[in-house]
Amino acid sequence: MFTNKTLNQVRQGIQRWLQEVKKSTNDFSKERRFSTVSDLAINPVYTPEDIKDLDFDSSIGHPGIYPFTRGCQPTGYRGRIWTFRMFSGFGTAEDTNKRWHQLLKEGETGLSTAFDFPTLMGYDSDSSKATAEVGKCGVAIDTLADLEVLTHNIPLDKVTTSMTINPPASVLWAMYLVAAEKQGVGWDKIGGTIQNDMLKEFIAQKTLMCPPEPSVRLISDTIEFGTKHIPRWNTISISGYHIREAGSTAVQELAFTLADGIAYVQDVIDRKKLDVDDFAPRLSFFFNSHIDFFEEVAKFRAARRIWAKIMRDRFKARNPRSWWMRFHTQTAGCSLTAQQPFNNVVRTATEALAAVLGGTQSLHTNSLDEVLALPSDFAVNIALRTQQILAEETGIINTIDPLGGSYFVEALTNEMEEAALEYIERIDKLGGMLAAIEKGFPQTEITNAAYNFQQQIDKGEKIMVGVNKYVAEEKTPIELLKIDERVEAEQVHRLREVKRTRDNRRVAQILSDLRFACKSDRNVMPYVIEAVKEYTTEQEICDVYRDVFGEYRDPGFY
Amino acid sequence: MNPEKKIRVLMAKPGLDGHDRGVKIVARAYRDAGFEVIYGGVHQTPEQIVNTAIQEDIDLIGLSCLSGAHVHLFSEVARQLREKSVHNITIIGGGIIPEEDIPRLEETGISKVFLPGTPLNEIIEWTKREVKFDER
Repeated sequence: MFTNKTLNQVRQGIQRWLQEVKKSTNDFSKERRFSTVSDLAINPVYTPEDIKDLDFDSSIGHPGIYPFTRGCQPTGYRGRIWTFRMFSGFGTAEDTNKRWHQLLKEGETGLSTAFDFPTLMGYDSDSSKATAEVGKCGVAIDTLADLEVLTHNIPLDKVTTSMTINPPASVLWAMYLVAAEKQGVGWDKIGGTIQNDMLKEFIAQKTLMCPPEPSVRLISDTIEFGTKHIPRWNTISISGYHIREAGSTAVQELAFTLADGIAYVQDVIDRKKLDVDDFAPRLSFFFNSHIDFFEEVAKFRAARRIWAKIMRDRFKARNPRSWWMRFHTQTAGCSLTAQQPFNNVVRTATEALAAVLGGTQSLHTNSLDEVLALPSDFAVNIALRTQQILAEETGIINTIDPLGGSYFVEALTNEMEEAALEYIERIDKLGGMLAAIEKGFPQTEITNAAYNFQQQIDKGEKIMVGVNKYVAEEKTPIELLKIDERVEAEQVHRLREVKRTRDNRRVAQILSDLRFACKSDRNVMPYVIEAVKEYTTEQEICDVYRDVFGEYRDPGFY
Repeated sequence: MNPEKKIRVLMAKPGLDGHDRGVKIVARAYRDAGFEVIYGGVHQTPEQIVNTAIQEDIDLIGLSCLSGAHVHLFSEVARQLREKSVHNITIIGGGIIPEEDIPRLEETGISKVFLPGTPLNEIIEWTKREVKFDER
């Protein structure tokens, strides 16, 4: 990108600058190691010298054009603002439906569902495993009846819905499809996302049900079904968010997410014999936006560039839509502090800014109280307004990829790419992501990074304001959302009513058909859809999965 | 008392919550500080935790929960230990736990709750001070 003359001038200039540094009384370069939150060493200054090998067209390029470093959309945020998508759900379907309507009224532009733990793990509200968990961390959904309440008066042809659901993704998706049908909205009109990414669960979040191999098979079933019948649905959201929350570095988040993506694409090609261009355009991603501003921007830019290369060169995709990586971002829950919680507004705003300058398609901003409980109405509103202020007031949407071309950002983008590719190569050598998970490779890498960070915090080498520096003696009073204890009883009552009034013989027959499909290589989706139509419960379907495929127990690498 | 004997710690997560960053970090800190650590892992029922603790001759159980079900799950572990007449195991807890729940947890037999932001050293020092070797 630079002529030899320019580079020579730069080198001479660097020498002059180093002289100035030596003269300086505050000799910052010797005393302290400056590094990102992920412990990546950062230089005091960046110059053309750091990006001298960069080729503009193949490394930076233009928005909407391969390798998409500058974004997927040729028009950036001028053409379309990112979706304001607040992750929300608590209590009963009625409670959450009310919150959804409130958020839409306040200018939210997409829905995102938080389910409670029993729903996430494939247990009904009346299971002994569900005691004290119903409606606590999200909304409780047992049958189609609950989903109908959840989506009541929500125009499913106009609003897209994301569902954070993994082992039982096929079940919740089927419920949504049937609920839309009952609203009179055709499957060609609905849009949304199911997270449906099990590999990161084995690696990081541990929402577990069946072993890795059949889990990936169920995912390929949904991708195949979506490809053929639900054209506007993202059938997977390949997620780095939880990997990062588990304590990984930014590079690990990037590398493990992309390696998961490679595993899914390969499985669909091998198992379903689909052409990569048939399904790749609907793959979507989900990243964390942590507190280290430039590291995050570089990560997002590197992510798009690496994925474009993987899809074009490794999988030989020909459709440019298969090359682009669209992603949702959530600000980092693990960067928030229980101490002095109002400071979290500032952290979230900074992280949201990094996500936007990194070119996210969709964003959730955490509420200031999310480290303490599910967010209150007051806190959610500030979080949503944070996005609206960024979009409407700050002017950051005026130009596309405004940090592109910065010596530092481009050098860091390169560094992230190289480090991520090294990890991906190691995973390939281990036999791919499933084999790597079995050996505990990503799990151990993440735990090492998490432990390292904690030790840095304890030693004061990394700072969290209010935790290990600027500690306040007085507690900040804050009003938290409380989940009513009636929720569990109400939910169990509704479930019993549904079970009493449905056609139980028909349910038994469908479950037996589903079992047959699971044992064969048939796609399970049509069977699951039939099952939910008859108000078969989530757990009844998941029990078939557990029975046929077995249950997975985390080996506990630490 | 045998001076060679190390305090035996069981770290586990009861219930459905799988967020294991904190519990693993504390497990490692105990290990690095020279404790014997059994990592029970995620998705344990209170009964499984109690049985492991008895079989492994554990001195301290460390429980973690981020889902909001801590009062039920932690106190259930303590109750089942009492039911089996086990009185020489100390229980501590951590996770996303509102401060107002701490007195309730202490009443049910949880000796100490460590909230987010606690330095690892503080947990180690507390354990060395408060947990007595099992003299069985």
